[in-house]
Amino acid sequence: MLLHLPGRYLPGMDTALGDPLTASNDTAGARAPAIEARGLVKRFEGTTAVDGIDLAVPQGAIYGILGPNGAGKTTTLRMLLGIIDPDEGVRRVLGHEDPHDIARLIGYLPEERGLYPAMKAVEAIAFMGALRGVPLAEGRRRGRELLEGHGLGHAADKQIRQLSKGMAQTVQLLGTLVHRPRLVVFDEPFSGLDAINQGKLETLIRNLAAEGTTVIFSTHVIAHAERLCEQVAIIAGGKVPYAGSVDAARDRIPAQVRLETRAREGRWRDALPADARREGDYWYFPLPETGIEPLLRALIEGEAGILSLSIERAGLHDAFVDIAGEAAARALAEQSPAEAVQ
Amino acid sequence: MTPADSRAKARLPLARAAFVIARRDFTAILFSKSFLFFLLGPLFFLAIGGIASLLSSQAIRSADNPRLAVAMAPGDSAAFAAAHARLADLVDLPDIETVEPSTADDAGVLLGDSERNFGAVLSGTLAAPRLSGTQDRIERWRGPVALVAAEAGSSGVADYPQVALVPTATSVAQERSANAATATAAVTLLFLLSMLLAGMVMSNLVEEKANKIIEILAAAVPMDAVFFGKLFAMLALSFVGIAVWGGVGGAIALAGNLLEQMPAPAIGWPAFAVLFLVYFAMAYLLIGSIFLAIGSMAPTVRDVQTLSMPATILQLLVFFLASYAMTDPGSPVELFAIVFPLSSPYAMIARAAQEPALWPHALAIVWQIAAVALFVRLGARLFRKRVMKSGPAPATKRRFWQRTTETAAD
Repeated sequence: MLLHLPGRYLPGMDTALGDPLTASNDTAGARAPAIEARGLVKRFEGTTAVDGIDLAVPQGAIYGILGPNGAGKTTTLRMLLGIIDPDEGVRRVLGHEDPHDIARLIGYLPEERGLYPAMKAVEAIAFMGALRGVPLAEGRRRGRELLEGHGLGHAADKQIRQLSKGMAQTVQLLGTLVHRPRLVVFDEPFSGLDAINQGKLETLIRNLAAEGTTVIFSTHVIAHAERLCEQVAIIAGGKVPYAGSVDAARDRIPAQVRLETRAREGRWRDALPADARREGDYWYFPLPETGIEPLLRALIEGEAGILSLSIERAGLHDAFVDIAGEAAARALAEQSPAEAVQ
Repeated sequence: MTPADSRAKARLPLARAAFVIARRDFTAILFSKSFLFFLLGPLFFLAIGGIASLLSSQAIRSADNPRLAVAMAPGDSAAFAAAHARLADLVDLPDIETVEPSTADDAGVLLGDSERNFGAVLSGTLAAPRLSGTQDRIERWRGPVALVAAEAGSSGVADYPQVALVPTATSVAQERSANAATATAAVTLLFLLSMLLAGMVMSNLVEEKANKIIEILAAAVPMDAVFFGKLFAMLALSFVGIAVWGGVGGAIALAGNLLEQMPAPAIGWPAFAVLFLVYFAMAYLLIGSIFLAIGSMAPTVRDVQTLSMPATILQLLVFFLASYAMTDPGSPVELFAIVFPLSSPYAMIARAAQEPALWPHALAIVWQIAAVALFVRLGARLFRKRVMKSGPAPATKRRFWQRTTETAAD
């Protein structure tokens, strides 16, 4: 488990990644993280938006940055991309301290979508490619291919203002990928998309990662992070109380045991932990640290008459509550209650 | 691949990044309605200027053609009128109208008659004429009145010789006057063009901020490239406009043989045209970098209007300074206008119209290039720092902005 506290790395992280900021500059190194950040701080007019964030994103991973609005997700991404400079701390993206040095290897989809309304769809994609070093003619060719591949070939020569919101979002997404980046950063990519397009985007993200592209996205919807990410950073109040694998986050909370017995009373009750609670026919309690076997033996010897027993692993939402606190979880749920329960 | 190779391949050079931005802006604006208005802009100015000039000349003609009321005794009045008729072809005299001598007792009534438009009332006698009217009017007419009264009172009719007129192509006085007119026209044109373009480049930036495109640009290329791209795209567009209008104007001038009739600037037309382009570029880059920096600080169009007001006032002051300085070449005021970066292009184009020496222009251009480099650098730095600033402003600052913009809107 990699537990990050603001301003320092725990030993486990150093073992896994080496000292990220003194590591080799060789971006092709298989073990080099795609993104490393240490102690990033950003203040706006006296307000600390980001307060000492540490991150390490492995290459080829799907990495989620999870937190409610205003937690500092966008500011963090902007600092990682070099859009704004941190007031304190250091960052390294694909081995470079200045992200603009490797801008041609990065794709970025900002939260607030923006395209020139009078531009044709294919020109918009080609322009975004040109910004990342793709010659205009090549950008147009790739743009048409991408549009065809996503069922928007008919819209290639239409102006952005003539497209639906969903189509325009797709055009911008394709513009983010036209230069075939090695690192893709999406800021709240699912917001504003319907369920079908959310599903398509999830598939696209998985395909990118399968091709070796590192994908980072921020979201306030836990379900997306849980479905897609191998690793997440939980961000709240400008700090990262947790960064590491999704499994490790879920494992922070002991699994819950659900037990149904024939006998209502008996010696077997002594085997249940003190915080076990009964709801209807079932008993619920955390899985004991000693594991399930001693418990089973005690239940059998105590003649509980086990009807059913299941172990339920904690979800990422429970982990989020445990790590970021109830208030942050409530804020997350309030932003998008419908999405949050997906 | 060495890290340096990797870096060279992965980073878009500043000039190329700026070119990508400039190319987009250039083509987008070139084929937009706003560029059509930019191209037609001079027509509006010409039309408005023509109408204003016509109206004002008519107003001046009607208001500034007052007559002289002659309220002398009938004999004196008749002699005065006859002398006036004899001298009218030789001397610039006010028109006269003979009125009842008694009315001279209250000259104010005659002068207050709105339908008759008298500028002064002449009473008394030919030997001792008395002129009533406003101070400046009677000061101006005292000479002509004395001349006509003397002619009327003389015993014999003077024999005025015919003066043979020999027109020349020019004179120093005429050239100075013509050069001053060329200088005024050039300074005004420079001011209008740079003002229009600076406003356009700022609107373009604010539109991109509103469209949320700026973040895509900021993530892909350094903000300096965005700044330079926008600044030079508009400069290139302005050259297209100038080429179109220069072409049209040149064709008309050649067809009508107007160039020979037009007063040539002191350094000649070809050098003047080149210097006009150079000074225009300098004036635009200086004010454009200020306006772009302002645009980067403004979150909305409304804020832009408030923020750009001081810069607009500064530009107007610079225009007035240069206009005043050119009336007194070689004075400390002109020297100040030449040295002060923002007014230097205006003062120097005025000088190009009035003085033949070229070397001051070489010095001024070097000085202006240094100033442009400094302004653009400072503007780009401010732009980079401010354009992608995010996060809420403190409550006190928000309140201040709210008050400021509301006041401006009122």
